[in-house]
Amino acid sequence: MTDTLATWLYAVTAAPEDGTPPQGLTGVADEPVRLVEGAGLAAVVGSVPLADFDEDALRGHLEDLEWLERTARAHHRVINGAARHGQVIPLRFATLYHDDDRVRAMLRERREDFTDTLRRVAGRTEWGVKAYVDPRSFLPDPDESEDEGSPGTAYLMRRRAQRQDQETAHLRATERAEEIHSSLAALAVATAAHPPQDSALAAYEGWMVLNNSYLVPDDLTEDFTALVRALGERYPAVTLEVSGPWPPYSFTAPPKPAGDAQPEEKPS
Amino acid sequence: MTRAIERREVALVDLLDRVLAGGVVIAGEITLSIADIDLVRISLRALIASVRVENDEGWEGDRDDG
Repeated sequence: MTDTLATWLYAVTAAPEDGTPPQGLTGVADEPVRLVEGAGLAAVVGSVPLADFDEDALRGHLEDLEWLERTARAHHRVINGAARHGQVIPLRFATLYHDDDRVRAMLRERREDFTDTLRRVAGRTEWGVKAYVDPRSFLPDPDESEDEGSPGTAYLMRRRAQRQDQETAHLRATERAEEIHSSLAALAVATAAHPPQDSALAAYEGWMVLNNSYLVPDDLTEDFTALVRALGERYPAVTLEVSGPWPPYSFTAPPKPAGDAQPEEKPS
Repeated sequence: MTRAIERREVALVDLLDRVLAGGVVIAGEITLSIADIDLVRISLRALIASVRVENDEGWEGDRDDG
């Protein structure tokens, strides 16, 4: 039914003292954004039509790029808007509850987790850094060509050498990316690795050798961006790209089983 | 080399890295089973499909299918 609504969750924050929701924000269904308070916390939520956001509808929508982009941007816009009023914990896209009472119950249940996470990310900001390389810059110097036998043998030798050169280039580029990562990680309290992005989707050529997030204390923001610039100058064969500031998307997920991409916390 | 980013909008791929794979996961009620689905893979499928469509259109030119 068109008037059956569900509650879409954007973020969790500390309950604001005056209890006012962020003004003028609209959400994934163009709905006004409001707060559901409980346990000293506030969930930033909106009411969305169930007909468009129940499991079946979502399943279909998620395969529709226009819907996905519009809705992901709206989700992000609300989280960013809420972040202007205080520290937020972003919630995973497509978290829905039947009604506000259940949201309040969830806040009570998870109060300790949320409070710990809010404390952990306070005064820190997520920055993204990607590194691209042109594989040709990392190829070994061309060796003296070896003794060529028959044309067939020469061809096979050439093919094998090319493959080895590619592997060498990849190894060198990866090592360079690791150096860059360790330098950046020294200024961060936590880091998280994202998988390399598809080259067609992210519109780049060559190899993406780094796609990481860094949780950087706010008083080190300038040092961090200056370091990215300095590293870019030190390694002209690597193109570095910074994104952010981001709400702490990559540093609020619960720990995953070992071996998975997960935030690496440094002991403080 | 460092590329300064002065985009008004964040890049969609960077956003999806974070919005679909990051953030706190709480078992929502309606999407209980959707939470188990790999949202990233789904979105990647949508993205790749859209890139293919663009490429195909590039090859075949604009066609008016009425």
